[in-house]
Amino acid sequence: MGTIFNEDEVKKIGEKAERWKVVTLKQWVERLPERQESFTTLSDIPIKEVYTPADIPNFSYEEKLGMPGEYPFTRGIHATMYRARLWTMRMFSGYGGPEETNKRLKFLIEHGETGLSLAFDYPTLVGVDPDDPMAEGEVGIVGVSVPSVVDMDVVFNGIDMSKVTTNMTINPPAPALLAFYVAVAEKQGVPYTQIGGTTQNDPLKEFMAQKSYVFPPEPAVKVAMDLIEWSVKNLPKWNPISISGYHIREAGATAVQELAFTLADGIEYVRQLKNRGLDVDSFAPRLSFFFDAHINFFEEIAKFRAARRMWAKIMRDWFGAKNPRSWWLRFHTQTAGVSLTAQQPWNNIVRTAIEALAAVLGGTQSLHTNSFDEPFRVPSEFAAKIALRTQQIIAYETGVADTIDPLAGSYYVEWLTDEVEERAWKYIDKIEGMGGMLEAVKKGFPQREIADAAYKFQKDVDEGRRFIVGVNIFAENEVEDIRKVPLLEFDQQETERRQKQRIAQVRSMRDQQRWARSLDELRRAAEKGENIMPYVLNAAKAYATLGEIMNTLKEVYGVYVEPPIY
Amino acid sequence: MASMSSLQYTEERPFKVIVAKLGLDGHDRGAKVIARALKDAGFEVVYTGIRQTPEQVARAAIEEDADVIGVSILSGAHIHHVRLLMEKLSEMGGSDIPVVVGGTIPIVDVDELKRLGVRDVFLPGESLGRIVDVVRKLAEEKRRAELSGG
Amino acid sequence: MRSSAEAELSLSEKVDFKQLLESAAKGNLRSIGRLLTLVENPYRLPPEVFDGIARMAGKAHIIGVTGIPGAGKSTLISKLITEFRRRGNRVAVVAIDPSSPLSGGALLGDRLRMQEKAEDPGVFIRSVSTRGLRGGLSLAALSMVEVLDALGYDKVIIETVGVGQAETDIMNAVHTVVVVTMPGVGDDIQALKAGVMEIGNIYVLNKSDLPGAQEAFEYISFALSKGELGQRTGDWSPRLIRASAVMGSGVEDVANVIDEHISYLRSNGLAYEKVAARRLTLVRLMAERMIADSVERALQVKINDLKERVARAEGILEISAELADAACKLMSSTKPK
Repeated sequence: MGTIFNEDEVKKIGEKAERWKVVTLKQWVERLPERQESFTTLSDIPIKEVYTPADIPNFSYEEKLGMPGEYPFTRGIHATMYRARLWTMRMFSGYGGPEETNKRLKFLIEHGETGLSLAFDYPTLVGVDPDDPMAEGEVGIVGVSVPSVVDMDVVFNGIDMSKVTTNMTINPPAPALLAFYVAVAEKQGVPYTQIGGTTQNDPLKEFMAQKSYVFPPEPAVKVAMDLIEWSVKNLPKWNPISISGYHIREAGATAVQELAFTLADGIEYVRQLKNRGLDVDSFAPRLSFFFDAHINFFEEIAKFRAARRMWAKIMRDWFGAKNPRSWWLRFHTQTAGVSLTAQQPWNNIVRTAIEALAAVLGGTQSLHTNSFDEPFRVPSEFAAKIALRTQQIIAYETGVADTIDPLAGSYYVEWLTDEVEERAWKYIDKIEGMGGMLEAVKKGFPQREIADAAYKFQKDVDEGRRFIVGVNIFAENEVEDIRKVPLLEFDQQETERRQKQRIAQVRSMRDQQRWARSLDELRRAAEKGENIMPYVLNAAKAYATLGEIMNTLKEVYGVYVEPPIY
Repeated sequence: MASMSSLQYTEERPFKVIVAKLGLDGHDRGAKVIARALKDAGFEVVYTGIRQTPEQVARAAIEEDADVIGVSILSGAHIHHVRLLMEKLSEMGGSDIPVVVGGTIPIVDVDELKRLGVRDVFLPGESLGRIVDVVRKLAEEKRRAELSGG
Repeated sequence: MRSSAEAELSLSEKVDFKQLLESAAKGNLRSIGRLLTLVENPYRLPPEVFDGIARMAGKAHIIGVTGIPGAGKSTLISKLITEFRRRGNRVAVVAIDPSSPLSGGALLGDRLRMQEKAEDPGVFIRSVSTRGLRGGLSLAALSMVEVLDALGYDKVIIETVGVGQAETDIMNAVHTVVVVTMPGVGDDIQALKAGVMEIGNIYVLNKSDLPGAQEAFEYISFALSKGELGQRTGDWSPRLIRASAVMGSGVEDVANVIDEHISYLRSNGLAYEKVAARRLTLVRLMAERMIADSVERALQVKINDLKERVARAEGILEISAELADAACKLMSSTKPK
């Protein structure tokens, strides 16, 4: 395919740039040196003073970009993108009991969010009931407590599930939470064909990053694939998995690592599903992704564009998918929680805005913006509203959504997209060489890379090579600012009491025989290696609690203890 | 005649720190980075892993005869878990082991934690240098107290 | 990041050992923890205290566990603890991790695998770093073994890693050496012919669910039968057991064979021999420390003079004899504090 540049012209420009560097630039730098010895992205990619066509001499529009909606989708997976429909403004929310969360969801819907996203509390995330000893003190803090189908019902009280799509950030217990959701939607009269949303359901990254794991790697992956297989057959509008880089990034990975490990996870899942005899086009269109939008602006945009291009190639050329929808990398983005500071917390509003802008310029399908009080607690209404308005200002006032992939053609952005892609491929090749991501995780490879990157970053900040305003530059000594932040208040102990009461009620009022039988059947299905989803759904409808379902599965699959990797 | 007690080049005992994550919180980036920084600064670090109960952490500190306990909690459940930890330590005779806490902690809770006996609280953004410094000073203080109190 | 040697010495002078021992014997964990710290350098103890501890000891079954890195030693030990507890044993573990030669610090990570046991009153886990000082690790580990033995733990497990004199000293002092390996380590036998891994009484092929397990099993069995690997104890030939600790399989078998071994040793008077052997090692190590210390001191005194002469190569060999002499004189003239 041909380059968009005239070869002679590019050569001349390259020579001119060289001369400029050794003559003009040199003179300037002698009078006024550059601010730093070197400039690098957060992945340590060196950044030059200026980029010209000579940095991307063989750039082929067809090969590298294509038109929006056409292979390799670098510019966007849809031909219309935001001109037809803005990204979904999907705010991650949840705290306390279902009652509180129901209220918060309605508040956000009223203020213009266009998709729901449920945050669960730790007991729910690791599959224990509110009255389990390990749940003590943790109920309702980082998200909502949903240990049964009854709780899910309360969450959606007065919310028409046929008119919304809901993301559920849940991993090992994903089958149970999906079962609760489906059961409640059914009760509302919503047909399976209309139930829309996402279950995160991405076990590999749990071992690397989020660590809400329960089962060891192999059974964890098996359970997740069960959910996907069942979902693509029964819930045509459901995204059964959100292959996530966000947590990997937050745990310390660089942008390149985030990209590489996420796509490598995706490759592993596609392989696993194909090994079950599924045709790739039967599930690939429903795979979705989840990335971080960090603060190094252009690197993030390059990352998103490279991601689309790489996945399209992986699906079409490696796995031979025929349906173009199988080649689309559809993703949700969250602005980087880890970039926000406790010091001078109002500054976080600015950080989130810039990160959100990067996500939009990167073509995300869905976006969550963090609240400025993130370093302290789950967001207050006040803070969450500002975060939502941030998205709305970008969408309605700035004009960036009025044309598709506006940064294409920038010499820097195209060069950086290529560079990020190339480095990510190196990682993917290495992981595939180990036998794929499941093997790599068992060997501890990505965990070590992440731990090293996290340590290096902290040293860079401590030693003044990376700057964080309010932390190592322009720091103020008073903590008064922090005291002024009005945090969300709710009575955690009362919530815990209420949740324990409700679960006790659920247990006492159900048909005991039906319940016992459902768990027995689930255990036997798990032992036999059958797809557990129908049995989990059955148990959910028999009012089995989350903890009971998970305990049944733990008996069969065991529990994971992680090796010490720093 | 030779005597063991006259040895000059005897073993010096490095400071020992427990780095623990209490409760269900799985965000261990900070704990691991701090564990590594402490090791690079010459400490012996026992990292307990995630999902520890207060009893497990107290037991580890006591069995290891630790000089400092560092707890990391980003789940918001810090008051609950740390209160139990301080109680357990007291029960087991380990109240002399200083405890420091780091995580997503609102300022008002910092005051409450200090009332519970926590010696220092680190918010996100704290530098490794300062954390290592604080831990070292607390360990030195504890050893000095041992020597004078017996 | 350490308190000075003088400080440590004066600490032992402040402690009421009688009271500490009594409290530890009653099961007070804090006292046990403190006592273990104090015996890390046994020469800091009043001699009668150490003898007192040693006289209470001698009944525990000391088990050394070593093996290939990544073979799952810690997980296996964690499962063995559960199994031994089930059999009514009180179990103590001394887990050894390497120190950084640069900083002197250490990440003592073995405990992480065993932390679930931390709420069981019949289990005691202690981590030790290698430290780097000559003989320091083996002295510390063997002294701790004496204490844990004296306090009535039925099984005392020492987990080590690496090859080297310290590990050899430790393993020669235990009753049962368990070597843990896994399939797929390249040449299964060569990997085991290093240091103490060669002298195992019991070999465990862990992670036996992995590919290559059958092959590994055959190679190792063959090597054991030919006497190319492993250590016989009297009539007792070294054994090989398959296990998958993570899945919980084979652990009971390993525990059975471990118990078989100690039964054999005890019924043949060999268990007692091991106790004598470990104390001889302790004594040797302490003697070596005393001598090494004297050499250090003598060197410090004469260092400027000696430096000049060795730089000019004026009788290097004679100088070493001179130094040894000076060290001996220092040793004999030292009055105990």
